[in-house]
Amino acid sequence: MRRIITVLTLLALAACGTTDGVTDTTGASNTTLVGAATTGRAPPGESSDFPVTIEAANGEVTVGALPGRIVSLAPTATEMLFAIGAGDQVIAVDEFSNYPEEAPTTDLSGYEPNVEAVAALDPDLVVVSDDLNDIVSALAAIDVSVVHHPAAATVDDSYNQIEQLGVVTGNIDGAASLVASMQSEIDRLMASMPELDEPLSYYHELDGSLFSVTSETFIGELYSLVGLENIADDAEGGETLYPQLSAEHIIDADPDLIFLADTKCCGESPETVAARPGWGELTAVTEGSVVPLDDDIASRWGPRVVDLLETVVAAVHRVESGGS
Amino acid sequence: MESNRPRARELQATRVGARMMIVVLAAVLGSALLGILVGAVDLSIGAIFAELADRVPGIDVDSGLSARDTAILWELRVPRVVLAGLVGGMLAMAGAAFQGVFRNPLADPYLLGVAAGAGLGATLAIAYFPGQSEWPVSPLPLAAFAGAVLGVAVTYVLGRSAGRPHAAATLILAGVAVAAFLTASQTFVQQQHSETFREVYAWILGALGTVGWREVSLIMPYVVLSGIALIFYRRLLDVMGVGDEEADSVGISSARVRLAVVAAATLGTAAAVAVSGLIGFVGIIVPHAIRLVLGSSYRVILPLSLGFGAAFLILADLIARSVLAPAEIPIGVVTAFFGAPFFLLVLSRSRRVA
Repeated sequence: MRRIITVLTLLALAACGTTDGVTDTTGASNTTLVGAATTGRAPPGESSDFPVTIEAANGEVTVGALPGRIVSLAPTATEMLFAIGAGDQVIAVDEFSNYPEEAPTTDLSGYEPNVEAVAALDPDLVVVSDDLNDIVSALAAIDVSVVHHPAAATVDDSYNQIEQLGVVTGNIDGAASLVASMQSEIDRLMASMPELDEPLSYYHELDGSLFSVTSETFIGELYSLVGLENIADDAEGGETLYPQLSAEHIIDADPDLIFLADTKCCGESPETVAARPGWGELTAVTEGSVVPLDDDIASRWGPRVVDLLETVVAAVHRVESGGS
Repeated sequence: MESNRPRARELQATRVGARMMIVVLAAVLGSALLGILVGAVDLSIGAIFAELADRVPGIDVDSGLSARDTAILWELRVPRVVLAGLVGGMLAMAGAAFQGVFRNPLADPYLLGVAAGAGLGATLAIAYFPGQSEWPVSPLPLAAFAGAVLGVAVTYVLGRSAGRPHAAATLILAGVAVAAFLTASQTFVQQQHSETFREVYAWILGALGTVGWREVSLIMPYVVLSGIALIFYRRLLDVMGVGDEEADSVGISSARVRLAVVAAATLGTAAAVAVSGLIGFVGIIVPHAIRLVLGSSYRVILPLSLGFGAAFLILADLIARSVLAPAEIPIGVVTAFFGAPFFLLVLSRSRRVA
């Protein structure tokens, strides 16, 4: 039985590492645009520039003709595809792709991808965020173009992925304008931050067992953009970007803001946080600065990072207006 | 009877002497004190001692700790140390009892399906009742407890059919089968709810990171009852160690003793697992270390397992929360990582090993 548990644990570990981006996926920085340079700017809706080639995490990906049967096995990719105007070309998305509403959600799994189930849809392009069950090479073996876009490490990675999806779906302009609007929204939000004498500190909670993120992560970078200080950055002894913090440390650090990215998964709320032993007197709890986030938005690196940042900035404004 | 025991040795201790009592008490209190003094947040040692003294009736000392530091000490650190002690003592004692009643050195508290049952229960709770914050008691420990008890009950019912010479072995095999089935069910539920992976995984590795006095009061009754029952059976376990037939021949019903011991150990283990997850290895190495040093009488092993198990897990938790502070390591990793080499050391230095 012990062995079974060990194996199970390893399985869980492996799955854990990839499903929620706990491991720092390699290749995230590999997202350079090859195709855009060689193909030039395509007029909207025109497919004459195909074939195109991009450099994704799975190496060079060539798409021979304008794809009309796209399958997305990644919620973030789904959001990106619809936001750049490729939604009409998408025929199926995985079970967790719950946004936007018009996305054709199926019971396809991105965590346990089944190559036959995907192949049965006769796709001409598949987008994945995790290469599980060897899905990338399996699809390549049956001549389906696969784009592997792992969890972004920086906002620039996100922009790159959006632009690459623009190239392979023939929506280069849509992608460019999405990136431009995200950039200007983020600039606007950064500019709207109040002048602070002291930077505000925050704790970003991934689940009730106090897993958090360091500033090296994608989400941590967003907080840094608006000048917030992360109390998890003290956990530099470990090498993980997602440390499990000690409750003592959180209470001692007494963060100005607590962001809960575990409202959907784990039912945490400002009330449950206040009820935890020793947490009731925290500044963020007594001042009402425990901010529930949408788990989905907070765990994806798509166009809705702007919404996330908006929530964060609004919370900072509330702290500032209440405090002074 | 002493001389009849096949594995009797000249230095066999059959009762816990005063000196041993002092050693085990010192181990428990010493590790508890260390656990209270050290943590992710530096609290001054003097202030902690003042706080502790302040709790003694009739003494009034001002420790000078801020309200927040007091909360860290009394609402996080102290209950965590107490809970680690309760869980460690319970698991070690249950492990010792299982080893005795099954005459199997590899027996641990999870032998008959406690772990697999609790795992399935916890996974179901995480998958289908995520964060029922409006519930008076969170469903996870309840489901884990129910799963653990059910797992062992099924094992017992399925495995008791065999006659005397094979009764113990049949129960163990039934436990293996039930555990495999429950684990497969758990894996299936998990696959269907992949978003629960991290939570289930964290639970499997054991967690004392977010416990408070509520968890202490939840498991205290079970640990006390189970502890009293097991220690009550310590002499019978010595007799059972010779063999079921021998026990029956002196008028002890081996089947009844086994049922009582399994029931007591299971209730205590299930309660411990419900609040702390699956903390491995304690139930194996602590009783064996005692056995290697002090001999194989359960009159010694059971009470000492309680004490040294408590001390061991308090220290393991101390390592888990201080090595990477302010980050934590799962305690199940620490118990095996530091426990295994320690156990090998005891094993190799023990002249008693046959």
